[in-house]
Amino acid sequence: MADPSPKPARVQLFATCLVEAFFPETALAAVELIEREGVEVVFPAGQTCCGQPAYNAGHRNEARAAARRQLSALAGDLPVVVPSASCAGMMKHHYPRLFSDPAEREAAERLAHRVVEFGEFLVRGLGVRLRDAGPPLRVAWHSSCHALREMGVVLFAKALLAGLARVDVVPLARETECCGFGGIFAVKHPALSAAMAEDKLADLAATGAERLIAGDCGCLLHLQGAIEARGLPLRVQHLAEFLRERVHGG
Amino acid sequence: MGDSGFEARVEQALADAGLRRNFASAMGGFAARRLAVFPDAAALERLREQGAAARRRALARLPELLEELERALVGNGIHVHWAETAAVGNRIVLEILEAHGVRRVVKGKSMVSEEMHLNAFLARHGIDAVETDLGEFIIQLAGETPSHIIVPAVHKNRAQIARLFHEKIPGTPYTEEVAELNAVARRTLRRMFREAGAGLSGVNFAVAATGTLCLVENEGNGRMCTGVPPLHIAVMGIEKVIERLEDLPPLLRLLTGSATGQRVTTYVNLISGPRRAGDPDGPREVHVVLLDNGRSAVYADPELRATLQCIRCGCCLNHCPVYTRIGGHAYGTTYPGPIGKVLTPQLAGLERAGGLPFASTLCGACEEVCPVKIPLTRLLRRLREETVRAGAAGGAGAGALERLAWRGYGLSAQHPRLYRLLFACGRWLGGLMPPVAALERWGRAHAEPRFARLSLRRLFRKRGIPDA
Repeated sequence: MADPSPKPARVQLFATCLVEAFFPETALAAVELIEREGVEVVFPAGQTCCGQPAYNAGHRNEARAAARRQLSALAGDLPVVVPSASCAGMMKHHYPRLFSDPAEREAAERLAHRVVEFGEFLVRGLGVRLRDAGPPLRVAWHSSCHALREMGVVLFAKALLAGLARVDVVPLARETECCGFGGIFAVKHPALSAAMAEDKLADLAATGAERLIAGDCGCLLHLQGAIEARGLPLRVQHLAEFLRERVHGG
Repeated sequence: MGDSGFEARVEQALADAGLRRNFASAMGGFAARRLAVFPDAAALERLREQGAAARRRALARLPELLEELERALVGNGIHVHWAETAAVGNRIVLEILEAHGVRRVVKGKSMVSEEMHLNAFLARHGIDAVETDLGEFIIQLAGETPSHIIVPAVHKNRAQIARLFHEKIPGTPYTEEVAELNAVARRTLRRMFREAGAGLSGVNFAVAATGTLCLVENEGNGRMCTGVPPLHIAVMGIEKVIERLEDLPPLLRLLTGSATGQRVTTYVNLISGPRRAGDPDGPREVHVVLLDNGRSAVYADPELRATLQCIRCGCCLNHCPVYTRIGGHAYGTTYPGPIGKVLTPQLAGLERAGGLPFASTLCGACEEVCPVKIPLTRLLRRLREETVRAGAAGGAGAGALERLAWRGYGLSAQHPRLYRLLFACGRWLGGLMPPVAALERWGRAHAEPRFARLSLRRLFRKRGIPDA
C-alpha cells in the first residue's frame, strides 16, 4: 500500500450502478461524510456502470466499452472515491487488463491508481475521527469477497466501526464466506445463491446483532431481497449510511 | 452435461439436509486442520511461492521435461507408454495385463484412472479392478464415483457404510464400530493383495531428473499395490512431472498440509524401478502410462496453462461455498469443485461443460488457499468468455436473448443518457418488472428490489453537489 497522501481539496465520486438505481442514500451519506472533513465532492455526470457485470459474465467487449466510458467520464487527476469494494476492484485491478492499446492501457492504469474504496478513503485519505452520537447498538460486519480478497480494505471498515464508542461489533460466524450474490451467479443459480444467503442470515440472527453492516451494495441488494422474501426481522445497511446515522445521533 | 442437469442435481443436493451437514462439517474440519498445520501466514505464503514456482518451472518446459522423465524412467528399468486419449490409455493398460494373463488388479487411489473410467473398461474385458483405498473401496461397493478427490466417500456417514458392508460383503454382521468396519475392509483386501496379478496406482509427482515416482497415502494400501503384486502399472497425467528431487519437499508439505492438514502422510513412497537382483521383494515389472487426454491443448494456452499447476490436494473444494453445500456428485464430473469447473470444460469441451464456470460467485476463497497459487477466478472468468464466444452456454436465459441483453447493457454503459433513461423507466414502472427469465429467476429467492424514487443526479443537484 502507498503512503498516506495529504488530504485532497476535492474528490470525484463514482456512485456505481446499484447505488444509482437502488441505494442513492448511500451516495448522499458518503458525500456528507467526506464534505464534513472539508473536502469538496464532485459527481462527474458522464459516469455509468463500471462494467463488472459484463466482465464477470464473460462479455469482455461490453465490459471494455463500459470501462472506456468511465475513463472519459472520470478524466482528471482527483482521487475517485467508490462506495463499493467490488466496483473499485474492477476499476483498480481489471481495467488495465481490458486494453491492448498502449495509450488506453496507460489511461486505465492512471485511473486505477486514483481509485480508492470509501472506507479506506475515510481512514487513510482523511484520517477521520467520528464522534458517535447514537444510542448503544449491536451490529455485525459482513466482509464482501472483493473488500476482503481483492481490495484488502476490510481493516479500514472495521477500524471505523471500532471507533464508534457505543457500537458493539459482534463477530459473525463464517465471516469470510461469500453471501452468495456473485452478480450473474444469483441469476444463473438462484437455488445455490439463496442457500448461501440463508446461511449468512442464519449466522447474523445467531449473533443477536440488530444490523449487518457491509461496504458493498451487491451483497446488500442480495441479502435485503432475501430478508424481505422471507419476512425476517433483520436489517442490512451500507457502512456510509450507518456512519452518517451514528454521527447524527441515530 | 447441460446446465439443467446440473441445476437439478444442485436442488436435490440442497434439499438433502443430512448431506449438507456431512459436507459442511467435514469440510470445516479440513479447513481447521489446514490452518493448524500452517499457523504462520507469512511462512505459508513463502512456501506457496516456492511450490508455485516449482510447478511453473516444470510446466514452462513441459515437452523437454517429459522426454527427460522418459529417459530417466527407462534408465531405471521402467516401461514408459504414451496415451493421447483415455481410450488409448485404457487399451495400453489392458494389453499389459493381458500379456501377463492377469484377471485381477488391486488399485491404489488414482483420479486419472477415474478420468479414464478404467475400472468399467477393464470389467468389460473380464478383468476385476479392486479399489483398496478405504474410501474408494466403500464407493466401489456402493457403485458410485468419488464425491471428493481426496476423501472419495466423504458423503457417506457411518450408518450408511455399516449397511453397505453388511449387504455387500458376505458374512459381515451390521456394525457401526469403526474399528470393526476397518477390520472387515482389511480382511477383505489382504486376500486381494495376495492374489492379485497386478497393482495399479496413480502418481503424485514424477521426478524428471531421477525417474522417481512419488506417491503419498495414509493407509499403506498404496505400498501394497505397488510392492506386492509382480506387476505395477502407474497412470499419470503428463502435468505431474517436476524437475528435480529438491522440488519434492516443499510440494509434499503443501500437498499434505493443504489436503488433510498433515505435516506428512503416513506413507511416502518413492518408486525408482522394479525389483533388482538381490531385492527380497517388489514388482518384477513397472510400467508408467503418461496420459494427455486434452492436457496438451491446455498447455498450449499461456493463460490457461496455470490449470496444470494443480497438485490435486482438494483444498479448493474444502473452502468453496458452492462445493461445501452440494458435494461432488452434483457436478457430474470426475473433478468437482473450483478446479473441476476450470479443468472439465478444457478436457471435456465447452459444449459439454461450458456452463460449469458460471456456477461460482468468483468469491476467490479457492485461490486464496490454493497451495500452488492457481489464479482460479481469472481462469473461471476466461472460460466464461470462451463459453460466450462459442455460443455454447446451456441453460435457461442463455443464447440469443442473453446476448441481446448484454448488447443492451453495453450500449447503456456507453451512453449515460440511455443509462439514466433505463433507471427512470425502473422508477416509473415500480413493481411492474418486465417478465424476463433473468428477473424471474432472481425473484425465486428475493423480494423485488425497489428503485430509488428520485435520481441521484436530482438528489445531488438539490444539495448543490457539482456534476463536473
